[in-house]
Amino acid sequence: MIEIKNLNKVFGDRQVLYDINAVFEPGKCNLIIGQSGSGKTVLMKCLVGLLEPTSGSIIYSGIDFTKASENERKKIRQEIGMVFQGGALFDSMTCEENVAFPLRMFTNWNKQKIADRVKFCLERVNLSHAHKLYPSEISGGMKKRVAIARAIALNPKYLFFDEPNSGLDPQTGIVIDQLIQEITREFNTTTIVNTHDMNSVVEIGDKIIYIRKGYKHWEGDSSSIVKSNNPELIDFVFATKLLKRVQQTF
Amino acid sequence: MLKYLDNFGRYCLLVIRSFSKSPKASIMRELIVRELDNLGIGSLYIVSIISFFMGAVAAIQLAANIDSPLIPMSTVGYGTRETIILEFSPTVIALILAGKVGSNIASEIGTMRVTEQIDALEIMGVNSANYLIFPKIIASLIINPILTVISMILGIYGGYLACTTTGLIDGTTYLYGATMDFKTFHFIYALIKSAVFAFVIASVSAFRGYYVEGGSQEVGKASTKAVVNSSISILLWNFILTRLLLL
Repeated sequence: MIEIKNLNKVFGDRQVLYDINAVFEPGKCNLIIGQSGSGKTVLMKCLVGLLEPTSGSIIYSGIDFTKASENERKKIRQEIGMVFQGGALFDSMTCEENVAFPLRMFTNWNKQKIADRVKFCLERVNLSHAHKLYPSEISGGMKKRVAIARAIALNPKYLFFDEPNSGLDPQTGIVIDQLIQEITREFNTTTIVNTHDMNSVVEIGDKIIYIRKGYKHWEGDSSSIVKSNNPELIDFVFATKLLKRVQQTF
Repeated sequence: MLKYLDNFGRYCLLVIRSFSKSPKASIMRELIVRELDNLGIGSLYIVSIISFFMGAVAAIQLAANIDSPLIPMSTVGYGTRETIILEFSPTVIALILAGKVGSNIASEIGTMRVTEQIDALEIMGVNSANYLIFPKIIASLIINPILTVISMILGIYGGYLACTTTGLIDGTTYLYGATMDFKTFHFIYALIKSAVFAFVIASVSAFRGYYVEGGSQEVGKASTKAVVNSSISILLWNFILTRLLLL
């Protein structure tokens, strides 16, 4: 479980996040949604430790990450898997080397055990055929799937996805969403997804947090979001004419 | 001024970070070997060509400028050797490597920064500065002095071939001059310089790449800054080391 308490983030004289409170539970897909510039990426970067919050706490299973020692942080980080917007695969390594990377760095497993785990992870994302290819030789959707395989290699407790569907066609987006949901259930991870994608919101949002102008504006799940009367949330979620028509069908 | 001090402070902190918390020894060994190949073997061709012709031109210029019959022609060999060992091989080769290796390091690390590969390392709990920069510094410290020695040999040989093939002086006279009054300390001084320059090239270029913000255009700018900053630092350290070691 991840708990955020009174989180604030200020850059110079500009406050980006105001007093955010939230609880993300294991085995659930927790979505952070919001307009561009609303502060959701800053929130995610604070959660994974790429940015230091100005004040407040981020508690990973009882340990306050913001006050943790370097060793405690390292331990927590090894329980975190993250899939970046562009995949962030190491381009000098093949797909299988990318997946093997955290295993080689943080385990004392022999080559065979590492190879078996890599095979399992690549098969889990339906990419066993691409193990010898380099990131430059595969499509955007495949890169995301390799990144997911790398993220689950160490059996993480916490999984973060930064806009997993951006740049993908709707069908590939659905495949990625299903994969995120399946992995969350299968490994009982606390999954946090930063997204703009309304299909993801409706399909996999066990818990949804709407960030607006740095504040937590709304919290609920995929069934309550479509029935919400919150005007700002409705404007954001059902932004297009097509989506507005879809909303009327609920 | 404050900006320069800020940059210098960040550079020092990055170098300290790159020397702390290494991953497993076997992984680090693998990375160093890869960098030796990337930075060293890849530079051998350009270093060889430049050194050979640098020595040849230095010898011809020396021979062309000796008018007085009181100065022996063996001075050509002696002068070529001294200029090659003291200055050309350690400094000029370092400046060339700053251009070739420096831009390579800055653009490689810079691209990793803008494509979030460095963030991915950090989130995994890997000390990205150590993983990316330390092997490059160590590989440079190993390979640069070796390249400098190769450059010395080829430079002096280039001078020999230039003199003998053009008939300016005979080979025996050149070799007599080239082996005359050899000071071992001059050779050690050149190796010290090449090691310091290696550290400067790898660390300054890595610093420029590591702190890139933006996209491909910024990576290009960082690459240019890496070459300029490394070259200026080399010239500055050249002056400091010469003053400290030779006087």
